[in-house]
Amino acid sequence: MKRREFLTLPAASLGGVLFYTLAGEPVRLEAQSAEGSAPIQVPLRFFTAAEARVVQAACDRIFPSDENGPGATEAGVVIYIDRQLAGPYGRDKYHYTKAPFVESVPEHGYQGKETPREIYRAGIQKLGNFADVPAPERDQRLKAIEKTTFFRMLRQHTIEGMFSDPLHGGNANMIGWQLIGYPGPVMSYRDQIDQFRGEEFRRKPVSLSQIVGHPVAGWEDERD
Amino acid sequence: MQRLKPVDVVIAGGGFVGLTLAKEITARTSLSVVVLERGQPRKLSDYAAGMDELDYALRFRMMQNLSEETATHRHSTKASAVPIRQFGSFQPGTGVGGAGEHWGAISYRFYPENFRLASFLREKHGNRLPEGLAVQDWGFSWDEIEPYYWRAEQLIGVGGRAGNLSGKTIDGGNVFEGPRSHEFPLPPHKMTYAATLFEKAARELGYHPYPVPTATLSRNYTNPDGVSRAACAYCGYCTRYGCMIGAKAQPTNVLMPVLAKRKNFSLRTGCSVRRVVHSGGKAEGFTYLDAAGNEFLQPADIVIVASWTLNNARLLMLSKAGEPYDPATGKGTLGRNLTHQVSQSTRVFLDKPLNLFMGAGGLGMCISDFDGKEGVDGFPGVLRGGNIRLMTTGEGPIGGFGAIPPGEVEQEWGSAWKKAALAWHDRSAAINTEAEHMAYRQNYLDLDPAYTDKYGDPLIRMTLDWTEHERAQGAMVTKIQAQIGKAMNGRVAPPNSRLLEKYTVTQYQSTHVNGGAIMGTSPETSVVNPWLQHWKMPNLWVVGGSAFPQNGSGNPTLTILAITLRAADGIINRYAKHPGGLA
Repeated sequence: MKRREFLTLPAASLGGVLFYTLAGEPVRLEAQSAEGSAPIQVPLRFFTAAEARVVQAACDRIFPSDENGPGATEAGVVIYIDRQLAGPYGRDKYHYTKAPFVESVPEHGYQGKETPREIYRAGIQKLGNFADVPAPERDQRLKAIEKTTFFRMLRQHTIEGMFSDPLHGGNANMIGWQLIGYPGPVMSYRDQIDQFRGEEFRRKPVSLSQIVGHPVAGWEDERD
Repeated sequence: MQRLKPVDVVIAGGGFVGLTLAKEITARTSLSVVVLERGQPRKLSDYAAGMDELDYALRFRMMQNLSEETATHRHSTKASAVPIRQFGSFQPGTGVGGAGEHWGAISYRFYPENFRLASFLREKHGNRLPEGLAVQDWGFSWDEIEPYYWRAEQLIGVGGRAGNLSGKTIDGGNVFEGPRSHEFPLPPHKMTYAATLFEKAARELGYHPYPVPTATLSRNYTNPDGVSRAACAYCGYCTRYGCMIGAKAQPTNVLMPVLAKRKNFSLRTGCSVRRVVHSGGKAEGFTYLDAAGNEFLQPADIVIVASWTLNNARLLMLSKAGEPYDPATGKGTLGRNLTHQVSQSTRVFLDKPLNLFMGAGGLGMCISDFDGKEGVDGFPGVLRGGNIRLMTTGEGPIGGFGAIPPGEVEQEWGSAWKKAALAWHDRSAAINTEAEHMAYRQNYLDLDPAYTDKYGDPLIRMTLDWTEHERAQGAMVTKIQAQIGKAMNGRVAPPNSRLLEKYTVTQYQSTHVNGGAIMGTSPETSVVNPWLQHWKMPNLWVVGGSAFPQNGSGNPTLTILAITLRAADGIINRYAKHPGGLA
């Protein structure tokens, strides 16, 4: 059996609480200082710990934590990607994967044989010691692969991990939703739909499992 | 293979078409009806737990499983086709309700001349029509189809405002529409801020905005079958989702409540229909596999193919039920007149938040000043137009992220991109169009010679590309989209006109793929007659979008329901009493 791999994160790095100032600027409050709280160990489903470090470092350059608010690291995007790749999406379970595989025009989309898992594995390998180099060099390396299928996936998955329901492993504490003022899967806007004309309707977000009152399993949890 | 006890009627496909036919037949006759559906039953409770953008709007959890079956595409007979490996320019559904569960419930009628388009265009343009144009008349008139539109609107509960009531034009509705015999069953919805900005701008420009007709209920509603549904709550989890309160008309909330009480109805799920079995000009029934892989023959007196467009055409082809169309000679009928729809959109950036996460699949404002026959004469080369509308369908946080005016950032990742994407978040909306797609001799369906489904049967192959006409339509509507966008005081991004350079399977356009088993007035040029009855086998009916000789503008479901109700009348009032050809 494969040895279980973990992603180790400082407790204060994940999630957090966002507030909006009167000027509409997001301010993140740390729940507590990192000191004195044990690091969080997240079991990985697909990546090795080393791979997860590289992916986390790359996602952090795509959607950085900066003066405009938290980013991929706080949202736990790497955990989201790890689960997607471990699930049916990662192995193209619901895509057409029969041969022959032939190159075609761009209008026909991805015609390759490699699954998202294989694309990630190869892409991570090419990034080499990415997690150990300084930020400007990381950006250069990403710029160099900007047109690849791997990078396009990584960018798309980073956005998904920021803003998908927390049930999928990202958007920790709904930090992505707070950042953009998304209220979650609210069941009714009957009283709001024709109001707030040009003004923001903002409320504290709720997740799907909070709305329906029980845990909801994502498609990534489907057993083969 | 096990031969089952014969039934009166067997139907392939448990979506809007198949279940509407089953409802009509079981209500008005004592005939026994069996519906075979490849997918699984659906429950309202599944849909509340399905309010998840990732699994449903991005991973397409309700759609046809492409690993089992997809279509292939090529741009012309000179190229070889490749499979559509991932969704996709269109999104067929599966399971009870089919694509009718995840649709957006937009419920336009087509225009009167759509049903006699070949005659209309010949009268207007004589022989100055584009090379290869293959449009045809449907074989019935507006007066013949209008009562069925009205029945379909009552069945699903369409809300809107009439623009033409028995010939009287009414401001505030679509003043260009064909005469309606009745006002809509329900009033229009309350309107979102973004849609009212579009309405105001369009009106100032002298156009005629109207609320998009939709079957996401604007009020609580009980239809003529006694089925009650709740009014829409604008949750925004609508198109690509099932409705968790049943406000959006779906076969599971409009048809199944009635069918569940009928003793002469049965629904078999997990059953994949493989062939129409036929000999000597008569259909015997369907062969199908159940979920455990057991093969059956279900014989029936009346055999109805009622699945989604491409699946209808493919089942006939696999069953050798019709003469395959040959684009080189123009001979044969099965597979001809494949159409999609001409989709264009223009993004308008505004300086105010729009709260676009609220909405419903059919919630928006529209103009038809360049739709149908209107407005096109000012645009050389354009035969028919399309609607122009701003829809607030409910924008998810993933899909809605990252709309930035062109040129504002150098790269689409990193701090500068994030800053701009956050600043512009929820401050832009798309004005979009679906225009009529003409049928052409070169756009057609046949069986793919290389790729197969999970059973080893050939996939359906689409040979389809755009022509100068569609590009001219696109240029017309995007010009008007930009004009309205500017009148909304917005920054207008260039349209996505590259979409019409070559047909693209990767970008969603609509699921409004039609044709392949078309209706018409002659067995030389159509597969089914205007009652959707197979010309060569009077007890075989092929019902659905596959019967459209060419596509209208807007969303075709209401028209599919109208021709389905008309086919039901043909079966019940005429064929069941005196079997034989109705045309």
